Amino acid sequence: MSASPAVSGSLRNRLVLTLIGGAAILALLLFFTVRSYAARVAQQGQDNILGASVTSILDAVALRDGELEVDIPYAAFSMLSTPSDDRVFYAIFQDGELLSGYDDLSATNGRPNGEWVFQSGEVRGETIRQVSASRTLVGLGTRTEVEVALGQTQDALAETLRQISRNAAYLGIGFFTLVAGLSFWATSATIGQLNKLTTSVTRRGPQDLSPFRKPVPREMAPLVSSLNSLMGRLDQSLSQSEDFIAEAAHRVRTPLATVRSYADATLQRVEKEENREALRSMVRAIDESSRAAGQLLDHAMITFRADHLEREEIDLVALVRDLVQRLTPIAEMKDLSLTLVGDPVVIYSGDPILIQNAVRNMVDNALKYAPAESVVEIEVSQGTQAQISVRDQGPGFPPSEIDTLTRRFERGKNAAGTIGSGLGLTIVQDVAKAHGGDLILTNRKGKGACVTLSL
Amino acid sequence: MRYLVALIVTLLASACMAEEWEDQRVFNAAADGPRLRIISSTDTALFAPLIEGFLTQNPDVSVEYLVTGTADLNARVRSAPEAFDVVISSAMDLQLKLANDGFAMPLENMPGSDWAQWHDSLFAFTQEPAAIVINRAAFAGYPVPQTRQELIEALRARPEAFRGKVGTYDIRQSGLGYLFATQDARASETFWRLMEVMGGLDLRLYCCSGDMIDDLTSGSIAVAYNVLGSYATARVEGKEALEVILPSDFQTTMMRTAMVVKNTQYPAVAEAFVRHLIVAGPELAPLPLLTSQQEQETAVITLEPALLTYLDTLKRRKFLTAWEDAVIQK
Repeated sequence: MSASPAVSGSLRNRLVLTLIGGAAILALLLFFTVRSYAARVAQQGQDNILGASVTSILDAVALRDGELEVDIPYAAFSMLSTPSDDRVFYAIFQDGELLSGYDDLSATNGRPNGEWVFQSGEVRGETIRQVSASRTLVGLGTRTEVEVALGQTQDALAETLRQISRNAAYLGIGFFTLVAGLSFWATSATIGQLNKLTTSVTRRGPQDLSPFRKPVPREMAPLVSSLNSLMGRLDQSLSQSEDFIAEAAHRVRTPLATVRSYADATLQRVEKEENREALRSMVRAIDESSRAAGQLLDHAMITFRADHLEREEIDLVALVRDLVQRLTPIAEMKDLSLTLVGDPVVIYSGDPILIQNAVRNMVDNALKYAPAESVVEIEVSQGTQAQISVRDQGPGFPPSEIDTLTRRFERGKNAAGTIGSGLGLTIVQDVAKAHGGDLILTNRKGKGACVTLSL
Repeated sequence: MRYLVALIVTLLASACMAEEWEDQRVFNAAADGPRLRIISSTDTALFAPLIEGFLTQNPDVSVEYLVTGTADLNARVRSAPEAFDVVISSAMDLQLKLANDGFAMPLENMPGSDWAQWHDSLFAFTQEPAAIVINRAAFAGYPVPQTRQELIEALRARPEAFRGKVGTYDIRQSGLGYLFATQDARASETFWRLMEVMGGLDLRLYCCSGDMIDDLTSGSIAVAYNVLGSYATARVEGKEALEVILPSDFQTTMMRTAMVVKNTQYPAVAEAFVRHLIVAGPELAPLPLLTSQQEQETAVITLEPALLTYLDTLKRRKFLTAWEDAVIQK
C-alpha cells in the first residue's frame, strides 16, 4: 500500500557531521592556540631568568686599578638550575675580546647599555637560548666595554612544552568530546520533532483525515500545513468517490430493473415461440448485467472498505441468520432449502457490511451451482478462528482450477451455463484478506463444493 | 712575587704531569674481555672492594685503575678523553664542568635520586664531609676544638706549638681543596680568618689528603684542615693518635661523582660500572654512603651550574690571589 520513498542522504548525519567537523576544527584551533601561547610564556620565563643572570654578572663587573674584575655571583649560575639540568655556557668579553668563559659564544657588539639581546643558536651540538648584554665602564683615563653572553640548553623548556602540549591536547579532546556529545543531543532533539510528527501520522485511525492540531516547531509548520491541505483534498476526493459509487449503483440498477420488468410483461403477452425465446435470452442477459453491475459495485465498495477497515463487535450467527432469512425466498424459487448449523453465538470483531457481503456471495454461488431439491448447508463455528462454511451438493470445483478461481473475472470451466461475473469469490477473498483471514476452497467427499471463510 | 708563584705553580703542575700516576693497577688482568680504563682521584685501597665486586659480576672484564689528583685528572681527561672510559673524582665542580662541556655520555634510566645526578651524565655515589683532623698528642691537656672559631683560638693561644705544624690543601694544585675552600668561603667569613691565622703559622700545603694524614700520623704536623673525613676514618682505625673532628659550626660535604666518557669504547660496560657504584651500598665502605636528602643533617654541595662560578678564570684568579694573600705571608 505504501511504497518506501526514495532516500537521498540523512538529515541527522548531515547535521552531526557538520557539527562534529566544526568541533574538530575548533578543537585543533584551541590546541594550537593554547600551545603556542604557553610556549611563548615558557620561553619568556627562560629569557627572564637568563636576563636576570646576565644582569647580576654585569653588576659584578668593576674596574680596579685600571684592571677589569668580574666577580661572578654564585647566584648568577645557581638561578639557572632546571629540573632537566640544562647545560650552561657563558662568555665575558672586553671590547670584543674573550676574557673568560666559553669561546663557543661570540660577542654581538654595539648594543646599548643593559639591554638584553636574545637569540637562539647552536653550541656544541645543542640548541641553546642565548642572551647578551653589555655595559660601559669608565675609569681613570680608561673607557672599556664589557659584554656578557649567557647561553642555556632548552631541555627543561622542551619538557615543559611537552607537558603543555599534552595538556592542551587533553583540553582539545575534552572540548571536542563535549561538543560532539552536545551535537548528537541537539541533532536527536531536532530529528525527534520530525519523528514525533511521523508517529502521530502513523498512529492515526484509517478514516482520520482531520488536520494536525498539535503545536510543532516553526520550521516544521510549512510541512504540516502542506500535509493538512493534502489530507483535506484526499478526504474530499474520497467522499466524492464514495458518493460516486452509491450514485452509480443506483443509476445502473434501477433502469435495469425497469427493463427487466418490461421484458417479463412482454414475455407474458407474446405467443410466438420464436419471440418468447428471444425475450427469455433478453431477460437472462439483463439478469447477468444487473448482477455484474451489482457485484462490480460491491467489489468497489469492498475494496474501499477493506482499505479503511473498521472493526466492531458482531455476532456472526445473528448476521448469517439474518442473511439466510433474506435469501430463503430466492432459494425456494429454485427449489432449494437453506439450513444454518453450528455454534449458537460467535462473537467476532470485524466489518459487518463486508462480512455480510462475503457470505451473500458464498451463498449466491452455492444457490447457482446446487441441483434442484438439494440442501445448502451454512455453518458458523468458533474454533481457533471464527469460520463460516457454505456447503452445496453441486458439481464441486474442477480440481485443476481450485487455486485460480479467486482471481478477478475468473470462472470455472463447468460454469458456462450459469450466470456470473467471476467476481464472487474475489470479493470473498478480499474480505478474508482485509480481516487477516483466508478463503479455503475444497471439494466434499461425496459430491459438492465447500467454501470456508476463515476469519 | 705573583710571577714567582705562577712559575712555581706551573713547574709543580708540569712535574705532576711528568710522573705517570700516583697509583696504577690492573684488576683481573687475565680476562680476555674488554678492559675498562678508570681514571680516579680515589686511593686504590679505598676503591678496590668496589672494583672487585663489579668484576665478580662481570668476570670477563678487566679494569685498569689509574689514580691521580683531582686537578691533574681534570687536565688529563680534557686533553685526551679517548684514553679513559670512566672518570671518578671528588672535585664536584671540575666534574660538573666536564659534563657541562660535553665530555660525559648521558645515561638513561639510571638508579638513584634526581638530586644525586646532573644532566643524566654525572652521578654521585658517596657523600663525604670535610674534616679537621688533629694529632691528639698536640692537644694533650688542652680542649679539642669543635668549631673553626675554637680552632682559631687554639692556634692563637699557642702559636709556637703549632708553627710549621698546620697543614691544608694547596688549593692551586688540588681541585678538591679548591672546591672545599670556595664553599667554605661562601659559607662563612671565618674561613678567611682561619686562613690568615694558619698562614701566620707557616702553613704547610699538600696536594692530597693521603699525604696530610701520613704526616699527621707521623707527628710532623698537628692539625690538618679540610681533610677528607673518609680517608681519615680509614686510617684512624687502630691509630689512636688521630682524631677526626666534623666542625659543628658548619660542614662542607661533597659527593664523589662518576661519569662515563663520551665516545667510550665500551659504553655498556662503563654504564654497568657506574650503575654498580650507585647501587653498591655497604661495598662502598669505608667510603660513606649517600643518604637521602631528608636524612641529611648538613648541607651537601649541590650539583648545579653554580659550581661553574669559581672555575671562571677571572673569578678563580681573584680567589687564588685572596687566598695567597692570606696564606703565604713572607
